Amino acid sequence: MKMTKILVVFVYILFLILPIYWLLNMSFKTTNEILGGFSWYPQNFTLDSYKTIFTDPSWYNGYINSITYVLMNTVISVSFALPAAYAFSRYRFMGDKHLFFWLLSNRMAPPAVFVLPFVELYSAMNLFDTPLAVALAHCLFNVPLAVWILEGFMSGVPREVDETAYIDGYSFPHFFVKIFMPLIAAGIGVTAFFCFMFSWVEMLLAKNLTSVSAKPIVAIMTKTASTSGYELGLLAAAGALTIVPGAVVIWFVRKYIAKGFALGRV
Amino acid sequence: MLELVGVSKRVGKELHINDVSVHFGPGSLNVLLGPTLAGKTSLMRLMAGLDRPTAGDILVDGKSVLGVPVRQRNIAMVYQQFINYPGFTVYDNIASPMRLSGVDKKNLDLRVREAAELLRLTEFLDRTPLQLSGGQQQRTAIARALVKRAELVLLDEPLGNLDYKLREELRVELPKIFAQTGAVLVYATTEPHEALLLGGHTATLSEGRVTQFGSTIEVYNRPASLITAQTFADPPFNTVLLTKSGSNLRFGDVSLNVADKATSLNDGQYTGAIRPHHLSLSASDKHNIPIQAEVGTSEITGSETYVHVKTGGQRWVVLTHGVHRVTPGEQITLYLDPLSIFLFDSNESLVHAPESNAKG
Repeated sequence: MKMTKILVVFVYILFLILPIYWLLNMSFKTTNEILGGFSWYPQNFTLDSYKTIFTDPSWYNGYINSITYVLMNTVISVSFALPAAYAFSRYRFMGDKHLFFWLLSNRMAPPAVFVLPFVELYSAMNLFDTPLAVALAHCLFNVPLAVWILEGFMSGVPREVDETAYIDGYSFPHFFVKIFMPLIAAGIGVTAFFCFMFSWVEMLLAKNLTSVSAKPIVAIMTKTASTSGYELGLLAAAGALTIVPGAVVIWFVRKYIAKGFALGRV
Repeated sequence: MLELVGVSKRVGKELHINDVSVHFGPGSLNVLLGPTLAGKTSLMRLMAGLDRPTAGDILVDGKSVLGVPVRQRNIAMVYQQFINYPGFTVYDNIASPMRLSGVDKKNLDLRVREAAELLRLTEFLDRTPLQLSGGQQQRTAIARALVKRAELVLLDEPLGNLDYKLREELRVELPKIFAQTGAVLVYATTEPHEALLLGGHTATLSEGRVTQFGSTIEVYNRPASLITAQTFADPPFNTVLLTKSGSNLRFGDVSLNVADKATSLNDGQYTGAIRPHHLSLSASDKHNIPIQAEVGTSEITGSETYVHVKTGGQRWVVLTHGVHRVTPGEQITLYLDPLSIFLFDSNESLVHAPESNAKG
C-alpha cells in the first residue's frame, strides 16, 4: 500500500518534470544534435546557446524589457489595489458589491478584445513600444486580481484594530503604513507574486504594444527561424531562463500561498 | 463629564439607538446593562465618536463634540474581543497612545512600567500579544487604555471572553484602577450581578432605549418598569397576573395579603413579579404562602439549584441554595414570601416594590 503511494507520487512528478528536463536537455545540445536524433542527454554538451543569449543584446534586452514592465506593473497594481481593497473591506457604499463584481469581470474578457483599442490609444499617447505601455495594459487584469486577494486578507483583520488606532490618535496614513500593512504583509506578498506571474506569462498584449525597443522575451522567442535556419538550442535555453524568475519569486512566497488558499482568495 | 441629549442612531430602516438622554458626572462609574443587541455597543460607539448619531447631541464638559474626529478626542476604549496591535510588542502596544501624544521618553517608560506592574504584565513586555493568553491580551488592551489618561474610558464587555476566575479578579480591580485616573468610566455588560458588583450608576438598555438610569442599587431595588426589572434580573423575574381587591391579592387558587404600603392601590389587575431567589422549596416562616407546582427541569450549578416549574399555566424558576434533587414531573410545594412581590400596573410601570431591607 505504501509502495503504491510512493509509486503514484513518483510517476506524477516524473510526468511533471519530464518536459522541463527535456527543455534543459535541449538547451545544452546543438541544434544539429536536436534535429539529428533522439538522445536522453546531450552527447556534445555545450553552453553556446546561453552564451549567445547573455551576449546578444537582441536576446538579453528581451529579459530586461520583460522584467522592467513586470516590476512596474506589480508596483502599480499593488499600490492602487491597497486603498481600493481597503475601501471594499471597510466601507459600505452604494453599489459596492456590484463594483467589486465588475472589477472581477474584467478578468473574464480575453486580452485579445483589448489589443486593438489599446494599440490605438497608446500610440496616440506616445506610449507605444515602451515598458510603461505594457505595465499599464497588464493592470487590466492584475488590479482586479490584487483587489480581490487583498480584500480577503484585509477582511481578516478586525475592524476594531483600525478603530483602536484612531482612538489612540493615529492618523489614517500613519495607521495604514505603520499598523495595517504589516498585518497583511503576507497578503501583499501573495498579491505581488500573482501580479508578477500573470504579467510575466502574458504575451498577446506585451507583443502587440511593443515593436523594437521594448520587445519582451516571450515575443522574441516566437522568432523561431533566423538566417541560419531553426535555432532550437537557443530557443530551449531562452525557455529555460524564462522559468527562472518565476521560480525565484515563488521560493519567497511559498509559505504565504497556503495562507492565501486558506482564505479562499487565491 | 459626558452628556447625551436625545441621541438616536438609525441604520437603514432600523433604529439602533432610540432617543437616549443620560448624564455621566466627572469621575463616575457607569454601567450599561442590557441583553445582547440592546444597543450597548452602538451607544458606546456614539460616545466614542466612531459613529455619528442621526439625531441628538453629545456634550463633553458642556461642549458638543459631534464634529470632533475620534483621534482628537481624549478617550480610550477596550473591546470584548482582545484588540491589540499584533505586530508590536506588549511594551510598544501600551506605549502606542503616548508615543502619538508626544510624551517624553523617560515619562513614557515610567508610565508603561507602572501600568504593566498594575496589570501584571511586566514579565511579558517583550512578547507580542499573540504569544500571550487571552487574559494577558485583554490586560494589555486595558493597560493601553489606562496609560492614555483619557477623560472618557469605554469598556465594552471587557471581561466577556475571559474565563471565570480571571473575570472575578479583574472585575474587582478594573474600577479601582480607573477610579484613580478621575475618568468617566462606562462599562457595558449583559450580566446583572456584574452591574451590582461594580456599583456606581446603571443605565438599563432595552431595544435601543435607556429604560432607566440611576444609582445601581436604586435601579435594582426599584425598577421603574417591568422591562427594566427583567433586564436587571438573571434568571428572569417570575411574573403572574394578580387580581387585587382590598388587602387581598389572588391568582389561581392562591390568595395572599398585600404588603401594608400597597393596600391603598386601586383594586384591579396587576402584574406581580417575584425574584427566583424569593421562592423556596421549604417554608422559612409562617407568613410564607404555599403554591403547588410541577417540576419541569432542574439545573445544578454547584452551590445553587435552578428548578424550572409550571404553576397555573406560568413557567417559573426557583433559585435555591445547595443541591436539591427533584425529578421532572414531580408535584412540589413552593413557598412565597408575600412581602417580596413587585407590583406593576397595566402599563407595566412599577406601583409597588418591596422594602429594600427585606432581603436584597
